Amino acid sequence: MAEGAVERPAAGARPTPRRDPRLVVLNWFRELTLVPVIIVLLIAGAVVNPVFFTPSNLINVAEGGAALGMVVVAESLILLTGKFDISLQGTFGLAALLGAWLIAPKASEGLGTEWNPWIGLVIVLLVGLAVGTFNGFLVIKANFNAFIFTLAMSILLTGLQLGWLGGQTVYNLPEAYIYIGAESWVGVPVSVWITVATFVVAALFLRYHRAGRAMYAIGGNLEAARAAGIQVDRIRIGVFMVASILAAVGGLMQAGRVTAVTAGQGSNLIFGVFAAAVIGGISLDGGRGRMVGALTGVILLSLVTNILTLSNISSTWIDAVDGAIILIALGLAKLIGTERS
Amino acid sequence: MQRHSSTGPGSSLPVLVGEAEQVSKSFGETAALVDVSLNVRAGECHGLVGRNGAGKSTLVSLLTGLTRPDHGAIRLEGEPAPGLADRGAWLARVACVYQRSMVVPPLTVAENVFLNRPTGRGGQAVNWRRMRAEARELMLEWGFDVDVDQEAGRLTVEQRQIVEIARALSIGARFLILDEPTAALEKAAVERLFERVRRMREGGVGVLYISHHLEEIYEICDRVSVLRDGELVLSGDVSSVSQANLVAAMVGSAPPRRATEIEAVKLRVEPGETRLAVDHLVVFSRAGSVADVSLSVRAGECVGLVGLDGSGSATVADAVVGLMKPRSGAIAINGKPVRAGKVDSTLRRGVGYVPQDRHARGFAPQLGVAENLTLALLDRLARRLGLVAFAERDAIAERQVEKLQIVARSLQQPVSSLSGGNQQKVVVGRALAPDPTALVVVNPTVGVDVASKEALLDALGRARDQGVAVLLVSDDFEDLRVCTRLVVMVRGRIAAEFDRPPWDRQQLIAAVEGLEVAV
Repeated sequence: MAEGAVERPAAGARPTPRRDPRLVVLNWFRELTLVPVIIVLLIAGAVVNPVFFTPSNLINVAEGGAALGMVVVAESLILLTGKFDISLQGTFGLAALLGAWLIAPKASEGLGTEWNPWIGLVIVLLVGLAVGTFNGFLVIKANFNAFIFTLAMSILLTGLQLGWLGGQTVYNLPEAYIYIGAESWVGVPVSVWITVATFVVAALFLRYHRAGRAMYAIGGNLEAARAAGIQVDRIRIGVFMVASILAAVGGLMQAGRVTAVTAGQGSNLIFGVFAAAVIGGISLDGGRGRMVGALTGVILLSLVTNILTLSNISSTWIDAVDGAIILIALGLAKLIGTERS
Repeated sequence: MQRHSSTGPGSSLPVLVGEAEQVSKSFGETAALVDVSLNVRAGECHGLVGRNGAGKSTLVSLLTGLTRPDHGAIRLEGEPAPGLADRGAWLARVACVYQRSMVVPPLTVAENVFLNRPTGRGGQAVNWRRMRAEARELMLEWGFDVDVDQEAGRLTVEQRQIVEIARALSIGARFLILDEPTAALEKAAVERLFERVRRMREGGVGVLYISHHLEEIYEICDRVSVLRDGELVLSGDVSSVSQANLVAAMVGSAPPRRATEIEAVKLRVEPGETRLAVDHLVVFSRAGSVADVSLSVRAGECVGLVGLDGSGSATVADAVVGLMKPRSGAIAINGKPVRAGKVDSTLRRGVGYVPQDRHARGFAPQLGVAENLTLALLDRLARRLGLVAFAERDAIAERQVEKLQIVARSLQQPVSSLSGGNQQKVVVGRALAPDPTALVVVNPTVGVDVASKEALLDALGRARDQGVAVLLVSDDFEDLRVCTRLVVMVRGRIAAEFDRPPWDRQQLIAAVEGLEVAV
């Protein structure tokens, strides 16, 4: 910000120029920082293993990214309003588990109530709604610190998941319940369709809906947003609720993909979520970033995971390489100017 | 709220765009406003002046619907004011552009202008093309020169102000309050602001113009009102109020002893060698830039640097201790240049520093009184293996507690639990504890009680008498009684110097407000 810069002398009726096309290009360029990295990864993948470029593997990558992507959309929405939610990973596991538990037969570690699978689906969404509402009210209205509060919530939810199942896995789930995670439309998994649609809807909402723009205003300058008459608390709580529901749907995708819910579903997911959002240009300070960027972040992380699995790197080293690649991507993003904080 | 049809200049509106009728407002025991009546007509610029704490901000919050008056009524555009909860109705009638910027940095100018307002069909969607076009049209109409596609975070202070004004005008507000709009602007920008105000006036907008700079009132305002201690003491056409009367109204008739003179200091020591020298200092700062200031402080001397918020006086102090990097110019302490950004090395050279904001920089709230008092001499207290000599520490702390009459249960009591006055004493004690050769003190008595104020000023006076060179930055005239010389800053430059106490209040105020010294 040029403090001493002198503004051009006030012009009378000089017509203001059309929107500068260079600015538009620059904005897109900033969002698409990761595209070259993704291209490099695609080449690396092809070199590492010829299996990489087969359709079934690429679909596998997309499927793996779908569940992650849902949670990344969720977290990005919250980050944009200047807060964050660590417990999305807990919701991701617990919501899918609770639904599965109530509909699966006793023989496959269910409760034995064997409810209609549709009720199970409703329960998944309700768990998401309940956790999101709880988090939203306590973080926004009661002013708890978002970091420590949602961290505690995350530990609690994951603990409930483990406690309920006693470490077992619920399997043998009815078809309706695993439909979005297991079925395909025109050769592409339903989960991928849903996640892509979610990204598109979120992007359009953020750009073209009043509430979406209000979210940027809230994250950019909370007091200014309040002064402009935006109902900042209502919107922020609403974002928490929507985000948790999205995370619950993500959990359902994961459950469908492996046709079971493990006691550990969702554990450590949140680190990848933050990484994808931040290298995709969503600012941790709020108010800055776009869904396109977050999507490239998800694609990048999914590719890395896949390539590492296909390569001959020992499985005990995968996490270390994973972390190193995220650091490199972050550095690159900073270099090009996406993450300015 | 959709009143785009009337956004242009020259639309006909009620004669009075804003009006306060016999309003009173108290906060607890303190009466902030007593029976104040003031109105702003369409197409006029109405100046509002008064010293800090005179009730200006309270009046603004009443007029903008942030608080409700205890008595009296607010009227906007001739109609009774809407309920406090109906923000939309307030925003459509009145807007205040505060010193603190209210733009949202990551959004574009156009978005900031149309913040929280529908621009498309159906009320919920955002029609970008129409929003940009309307923002551009609005800027053209009022002669504002800001690119609507710019990101607001990259704007200058002046441009941000324009965005806020444009936002208010586009909602349809025809009553605009400008709260010290020139505080952060450079000279050329001030001229352009006046041009915009004149243009708005022609367009039927009523402006309430709050400023500390009286010469601006004479330049741009039609009428002027003066608040003092919550009361309206003067109101009239600018042409009929002389500068002397205006100043007199602001200052009021204080108790006779203090009416004209501020208690003088008796010089006990002849000033010695130059301890602190500032030579052609230029610093850019959001809090008030410095444009070419030279001054020196000698041993046994206390130089008062006086100026309003934003005059750059506090910035000089920040630069002297190395907190801010100067654009150009030199600062020397005991003959050696100060390195910018190295506060610790400055302080180690024998400078005591009392920062402006005690909560931000003054003390570590959770630590005890003794620890805070000795924070600046930890390396002197360190013994073998870096262990702190606690007995010695407590002895030093005890001395400062006595000198400054700090009231604390024990030396270990956390500073956060002390009263404001005692907290400030701890901050001053911390600066005095290492026996400095020079002191840089900024607003040492802000928000402290009378007794603490006396104790603090006495301590500074004693230090001066013991041969410490003191640079005292303050806008509280009571503080100036310990000074042996005064330097007045206006807009980053030295406007006047007074070198013989006692000080004449009227002359001093006139100088601080940027007026010719009228005798």
